[in-house]
Amino acid sequence: MSPDLLLVGLAGVLTAASPVLFGVIGETISERAGVINLSMNGTILLTAMGGFAIALATGNVALGFLGGMLIGGLVALVVAFASITLRQSQVAVGFVLALLCRDLSYFLGNPIMGSAGPRLGILPIPFLRDVPVLGVLFFRQDVMTYISFLLIALAWLFIFRTRPGLMLRGIGERPAAAYVRGADVNRLRYLYTVVGGAIAGLAGPIYSLSVKAGWKGTITGLDGIGWIVLAITIFGGWNPFRAAFGAYLFSLLQWLGIVLQPALPGVPSQVLQVAPFPLMILTLLLVNIGNAEWVERTLARLPGPARRAIARTLRALNATPPSAMGTPFEKE
Amino acid sequence: MRVDLRDIYKTFGQVHANAGISLVIPSSTIQGILGENGAGKSTLMKILSGFILPDNGEIALDGTAVVIHSPADAIRRGIGMLHQDPLDFPPMKLVDNFILGREGSLFPDRRGAAREFRELASQFGFALDPDAYVDTLTVGERQQLEILRLLWLGARVLILDEPTTGISQPQKEKLFATLKTLASRGVTIIFVSHKLEDVEYLCSQVAVLRQGKLVGTASPPYETRSFVQMMFGREVSFGGRRSGVAGRPILSLERVCLEGVRLQIQDVTLDVHAGEVIGLAGMEGSGQAMFLSACGGLARPVAGKIGLDSRNVTGQSHHSFKRQGVVYLPAARLERGLVPGLTLTEHFVLSEGAGGFFIDRRAAAGLAAERIQTFNIKGTPTSTVESLSGGNQQRMLLALLRTPLSLILLEHPTRGLDIESTMYVWAKLKERCAQGTAIVFISADLDEILQYSDRVVVFFTGRVSPSLAAESLSVAELGELIGGKGWERFAGEAARA
Amino acid sequence: MRKARPLSALLQLAAVVVALALTTAVLVVTKAPPFQAYKNIVLGAVGSWDEISNVLVSWVPLLLVTAGLILTFTVGLWNIGIEGQIILGAIFTTWALRLLQSSGMHPAFIITASILAGMVGGALWAVLAGALKAFGGVNEIFGGLGLNFVATALNLWLIFGPWKRPGVASMSGTMPFPRALWLPTLTAQSRLSPSALIIAIVAILVVYFLIRGTYFGLRLKAVGRNANAAYLLGVPTWQYMMASFALCGVFAGLAGAIQVTSVYNRLIPAISSGYGYMGLMVAMIVNYQAALAAPVALFFAALNVGSIQLPIVLKLDSSLAGVLQGSLVLLVILGQGVRQRFFGKERPS
Repeated sequence: MSPDLLLVGLAGVLTAASPVLFGVIGETISERAGVINLSMNGTILLTAMGGFAIALATGNVALGFLGGMLIGGLVALVVAFASITLRQSQVAVGFVLALLCRDLSYFLGNPIMGSAGPRLGILPIPFLRDVPVLGVLFFRQDVMTYISFLLIALAWLFIFRTRPGLMLRGIGERPAAAYVRGADVNRLRYLYTVVGGAIAGLAGPIYSLSVKAGWKGTITGLDGIGWIVLAITIFGGWNPFRAAFGAYLFSLLQWLGIVLQPALPGVPSQVLQVAPFPLMILTLLLVNIGNAEWVERTLARLPGPARRAIARTLRALNATPPSAMGTPFEKE
Repeated sequence: MRVDLRDIYKTFGQVHANAGISLVIPSSTIQGILGENGAGKSTLMKILSGFILPDNGEIALDGTAVVIHSPADAIRRGIGMLHQDPLDFPPMKLVDNFILGREGSLFPDRRGAAREFRELASQFGFALDPDAYVDTLTVGERQQLEILRLLWLGARVLILDEPTTGISQPQKEKLFATLKTLASRGVTIIFVSHKLEDVEYLCSQVAVLRQGKLVGTASPPYETRSFVQMMFGREVSFGGRRSGVAGRPILSLERVCLEGVRLQIQDVTLDVHAGEVIGLAGMEGSGQAMFLSACGGLARPVAGKIGLDSRNVTGQSHHSFKRQGVVYLPAARLERGLVPGLTLTEHFVLSEGAGGFFIDRRAAAGLAAERIQTFNIKGTPTSTVESLSGGNQQRMLLALLRTPLSLILLEHPTRGLDIESTMYVWAKLKERCAQGTAIVFISADLDEILQYSDRVVVFFTGRVSPSLAAESLSVAELGELIGGKGWERFAGEAARA
Repeated sequence: MRKARPLSALLQLAAVVVALALTTAVLVVTKAPPFQAYKNIVLGAVGSWDEISNVLVSWVPLLLVTAGLILTFTVGLWNIGIEGQIILGAIFTTWALRLLQSSGMHPAFIITASILAGMVGGALWAVLAGALKAFGGVNEIFGGLGLNFVATALNLWLIFGPWKRPGVASMSGTMPFPRALWLPTLTAQSRLSPSALIIAIVAILVVYFLIRGTYFGLRLKAVGRNANAAYLLGVPTWQYMMASFALCGVFAGLAGAIQVTSVYNRLIPAISSGYGYMGLMVAMIVNYQAALAAPVALFFAALNVGSIQLPIVLKLDSSLAGVLQGSLVLLVILGQGVRQRFFGKERPS
């Protein structure tokens, strides 16, 4: 493969990863506050369809994205209501919404299936676009990909450098302590869940208005991305930079699957496409395995240098969720 | 800041947690609050620190009546509370814990805050690194962090809830020095504790609570005896105590060491004989629960041997202990002992064990009806356990016990029960003793400990007394030991049975 | 709990009504005639014997899966990995059939052995998810999801790789098995196998009686409601959790086996057809009680089969069924929450 083709391919990896990034960062924010939004798979499909429909009807791509945010926020609101106010299981509500929103997207999207709609165009940045290597990679993307780059940094900045971000971490970590420090825990959880949902709601429209333009119903191939987003959120340790690494890694593996296809004639293409998925369990296993008691016991029996090396690796990989994630907060 | 508590009332259902408490705490005072578990100390402090609102009564700060709506409201008014388990954020750095919650600009000035933190810390001699993570700190250090934070937010009243549990001696000394310094600067300190020695050393005045009421106040010089009397009530003389018939050793602990989150128990040796009743006394969190768990195989000792009927069972699972006739009855009846949603009959079926694949409904119903009658449980075979009252739930736990058993371990067997149920429970337990079962129980009620035990073991911050004959122990002595005084006479002796 | 009966019945009725209202609203938004749509679904489900037979064909795997899930829900676990367990059951069944098809043994024996293999396959995959949770600390939801993907990948690889049709690999699956190895069906055209129907009904009955009338079932309930207390009462908790996973896997594998031996007679990419996730929804609606599982599953199956008509007759997508089903489950959950939050539960004195 020529270096030019390689660069273009890698640039494509960055583009393909941007919707995943929006999803992961949105979910990270929601989970940091303590609420798991399991509806992601359905949300992505519904916002993809909805965003495309709105863009088609209005001829305006921006409105399509706005519509996606609105839909994503609404779905998240249902999750928030059911889990914070009604104290039902976040898993149950999220799961049902995942299926419901998916079916809604197929049904409502049926009439516009196959229609050609507005697309998000590439927006090369003048002057920077001509920088060798980096120019091709980073500065010949569409506007949403540019925003995704910024989003990683902004999200990290917000969570780790601002005062409200500090409180966000607090309510997810130990809501009782946050409460004592003046936080209206449940109201903040509502806020962050909806905001997270709105950000994630941009992922779908990126697919239907850019990467996989149009709405093609079940053939769109978007079914399943939402679950990957959830897994990458865990892999990312609820840290935007590490999550970005996970998103780019996933996108890279998918691209490799396509690229290596001719080199591996014996392996069916579908398999290579789904290959990253099993790697997901492996990574989940790795990030959690350090917590298991039997691992600690086995580790204690190993000789010094080996034990230290393994322990350090496990600690680096380890992704400990916000301690109060998934549990409702009651004042007393 | 001067604190006036006027006629504070708070009830939870039937329980009068605070019944008309009035107390004046002048500025610069270190006010001690003494009382056994359930006396109402924590309710009062929750009211003062804004967690709950009183049903009646008034709080005045520096003479002005105020209503404190929330903990955030409290700190705004200058009242800060240091909880027994400090409410901090373990995975975050100290400096983040420090600034979290304080209002300010969008981008907090961490470096400035760290600087102020270091200055404050050095004033009190605290060696804390703002960049360290809270989960690497000891309890004492976490307390220091929280104290600094509250002071930084402008606390003029500092409430400390059992602060000396789980901290080292040097840390305690530093804490006391800090508190004295703060008091001299005009901060009012409220020191809630059960440790008589600490209270006597530190406080300029002491208030004693019992059963929701303020039963007495004192100023130096303090008399321990009068404290114990106020805390635990008058001495009751007991007649007709059953003389303990000691059979063969059922449970033997040899140099057992246990490690918990906040305390350690070192080197305990104890033999429990058939038909014997051992009472574990001490304030909650002193180690009795951990000890009792170890006796049941629910906690693994880090050192030492546990033997059941001369078989070494150290490290075996609880179910292995169960198979050898040990049973554990937890205090939280509905949370840990019974299964909500299941009927009484279903509980009996569960505890009797499998008698085949299918449940014989008729036999089960018959068994349930019989046990309900024998144990006088106010419930039907088909009622669910959560519909039973506390007393009946305890009867249910007893009714589930199989026969024969070698050892029954009970956490607070009569907590929350009325007199009739209490006497019933003990009558049943005594029946078991007569059959040769050994009993080890935890209780916060000194009368109960002294009335029903053959021997008593006292716990204080992880220290374990040798077993003492109940007959020769008075309420006053027991109260002192629970409060941490009088342990010198055990010095040099390992806790031996 | 007695007092709550009329209220909960009312809320369940409200759930159905609102779900229908929502679905109707969705229809109106797409400018589709609601009444026509519902009529076509009904006709599509019960309009002819063929349709009814199709509904029953769809009912069998759904009922099996729901039965298994009720077991895992009873013990308090979310077995999202159920889809993968169906797939592995199908894979093992196909493998057994391929292995034995030229062995000369009696077809009935081959079919039975293959179905048993399917049960083993599903159980193994379920136990894997359970082990990941118990020993790897991997949340059973993500472990299950991940294993679903692995199962799908494995399935695809087999269909397009080692087990592909001679010549060109095809999306329509592996080479169909000879007729002799097909589970006997009602008529030559239908895909409904009476044996499969009986198996499914027996399965739900087994689960019902297991939970109601055996020690095993009682212990499962105890672990699900209060694992701590169950442990103190002598129940080996993690073993029961694993056992429920294994049993659920057996049922899922059975569903997969039936899909292979009677419905498709080969292995296809979409062999699990979403029955796993649907089973989760049925279980949620019946509040994890076996009593109403059969009728609700039948209703879901009827909706699915009936809605196949929609694209043909009204040019609507057949996912309308999913919309109605999903709305129903969502509203049941919300209704439960409303009842608990605003009308209080029975409080202990």
